[in-house]
Amino acid sequence: MSKPQNAPGDVRSKGLVDYLNDENVRAVLYQVVAIGLIVLAGWYLVSNTLYNLEQQNISTGYGFLDLEASFEISETMIDYSAQSDYATALMVGLLNTVKVSLLGIILCTIIGTIFGVARLSSNWIVRKLATVYVETFRNIPVLLQLFFWYALIPSAFPHPRDALEPLPGVLLTSRGMYLPVPEPDNAYTLMTIAAVISCVVIYFVKKWAKKRQDATGQPFPMLLAGIGIFVGLVLAAYLAGGAPTDMSMPALKGFNIQGGYNISPEFMAVLIGLTVYTSTYVAEVVRSGIQAVPNGQWEAADSLGIRRSIALRKVILPQSMRVAIPPLTNQYLNLTKNSSLAVAVGYPDLVSVSNTTMNQTGQAIEAISIFMSIYLGLSLLTSLFMNWFNKKMALVER
Amino acid sequence: MKIQTILAAGAMTVAAVAAQNAQAGAVLDGIKAKGFVQCGVNTGLPGFSAANAEGKWEGIDVDVCRAAAAAVFGDANAVQYTPLTAAQRFTALQSGEIDILSRNTTATTTRDAKLGLTFVGINYYDGQGFLIPKALGVSSATELDGATVCVEPGTTTELNLADYFRAKGMSFEPVVIENINEATAAFFSGRCDVYTTDASGLASIRTQMAENPADYVILPEIISKEPLGPVVAQGDEQWSDVVRWAFAAMVEAEEYGVTMENVDDMKANSTNPGIQRLLGVSPGMGEALGLDEAWAYNIVKQVGNYGESYEKNVTAKLGLERGLNALWTDGGLQYAWPVR
Repeated sequence: MSKPQNAPGDVRSKGLVDYLNDENVRAVLYQVVAIGLIVLAGWYLVSNTLYNLEQQNISTGYGFLDLEASFEISETMIDYSAQSDYATALMVGLLNTVKVSLLGIILCTIIGTIFGVARLSSNWIVRKLATVYVETFRNIPVLLQLFFWYALIPSAFPHPRDALEPLPGVLLTSRGMYLPVPEPDNAYTLMTIAAVISCVVIYFVKKWAKKRQDATGQPFPMLLAGIGIFVGLVLAAYLAGGAPTDMSMPALKGFNIQGGYNISPEFMAVLIGLTVYTSTYVAEVVRSGIQAVPNGQWEAADSLGIRRSIALRKVILPQSMRVAIPPLTNQYLNLTKNSSLAVAVGYPDLVSVSNTTMNQTGQAIEAISIFMSIYLGLSLLTSLFMNWFNKKMALVER
Repeated sequence: MKIQTILAAGAMTVAAVAAQNAQAGAVLDGIKAKGFVQCGVNTGLPGFSAANAEGKWEGIDVDVCRAAAAAVFGDANAVQYTPLTAAQRFTALQSGEIDILSRNTTATTTRDAKLGLTFVGINYYDGQGFLIPKALGVSSATELDGATVCVEPGTTTELNLADYFRAKGMSFEPVVIENINEATAAFFSGRCDVYTTDASGLASIRTQMAENPADYVILPEIISKEPLGPVVAQGDEQWSDVVRWAFAAMVEAEEYGVTMENVDDMKANSTNPGIQRLLGVSPGMGEALGLDEAWAYNIVKQVGNYGESYEKNVTAKLGLERGLNALWTDGGLQYAWPVR
């Protein structure tokens, strides 16, 4: 093989050895070998698994998704009953995961920012309280925190028969919180449309305000105007829809409180646990982001006579955002992934429903492959969004 | 050349590992080699499988594993236990992590046929019931419309519950918690109105875990059939035979009146050919199973017969009578296949 070969068309007429010694050829060769080995390993795992499953007479395939699930799920955002199929059950689980993750991300950002800023406060008490909060909740494993909240909520509140009513229509019980909700009416569809329209209007007003400020230097009270537009339009839609006042009020009926909207203890435990835990990390990210902004920025703002609170909002935070966004993305991803711990306290998230499915059908590998790809997809989507946001916020050097 | 060498080496490794896996499956040989039986049990269900104050596992399900160990090794203590939740149990068995699953598991078609499992016997005939606090004033399951129900996921219980309420045109809200201790804690804290599982499990939870058992009642309705029994993985018929007959020997011993106490006397003096066969006085049964001829003698001597195991674990701890689990001669369903 190492004998030099003279190919008629090869102008360089190099031998194979020379060819193999070529730096470029080698680089390609190594990569091909590496990929080959990875593919081989993957193929080995898959074929071996299939073979072993067949040996053990365990059926494989995704056909089970069309079968009737025959189990109930406590919290569903879409129509679901025991007659629905497994695919719908998994969808219910996915939506529950998305619900708790999204709310958790929003809440932990708000709470985290507050505590992050508070950790740098010039007020001793505020600073120390924030430090205690961050250091306590950051250093207890999140699973234990979920157990803690789940043990606390049912035992802290009374049985539905003796429900607490802090506000009219709001009930606190060991089965969770019950809120009055409006009875369905066309007016609410109209209000949703109005809300969307108002967002579009606000977007254009903001564009115009920025243009005007760039041209004339006159600031525009965007926040007030925005709230005004939103509330005005939605209120107009409500009145136009006939101003319905029927409410579904929660009330004790039989065993449970019926009517209204129920926030279950499981959901509360997961949401509070994840939010509190992640908000400590967000607080640290925000703090480090603020500290990364050179002190000269504060001094420059001071010398221009800008108040400290405005300097923080308009000068420091926008700059610290650039430092904070990438680590913030990590925290959002962590929160989404940690939401899979919900299974421990009985919140019907994707993992919980998949576990049940896996057990009732015996299709462990299929069920796990489904929820792993869904988590991967969710995380990639979050990353994509945050990368886009990061690009948008990044410093544009002139 | 390099590629070829690497590819060849890779292919050889793959072939070697694949071949190894293909030969795997002789569970009984593996058990003999490691010297103990790995037994999957409940994380804590007094009467069936629970660790006692000294940390020793005991219960009617544990005794099946002990019987299998006595049959194979002549030592009922050659067992190691893996506590499993309902959701983990089948995967543990399929993956070979455990040799027997003896964890109050209901035999069903899907599990037997689709999961690659073999049910080798029924050591407890049960049915699903409801446990409620007395204070609710409910006397029948038909009054449970709208109730919140605590249930373990991945069980037949969860499916029967949905079926029952659907058939009766009633609604319920499930609270599904995987760990039995977390689930019962949720029930006792008032998160649910009702706890549902097999009636024996309810008795266990009521008598062993409730602060004051008298505050709770089990409703009279039994809504399903739950034949509970030990399970092994498919693929080693010799091993499934050992477990099947180890359990059958316990029942047969009770039928013959052979007990832990009189087994030595019976072995020495009994003229009943059935007892002689069972205890290995007339040989053949042990050889047929690939075991020592004293296999059944060891089971009865060290674990006891089925009735003794039931009395010690279920009647004494949970106060449950034999009921369906009486011998067929007493009007029950326990009927051993003849050891002959």
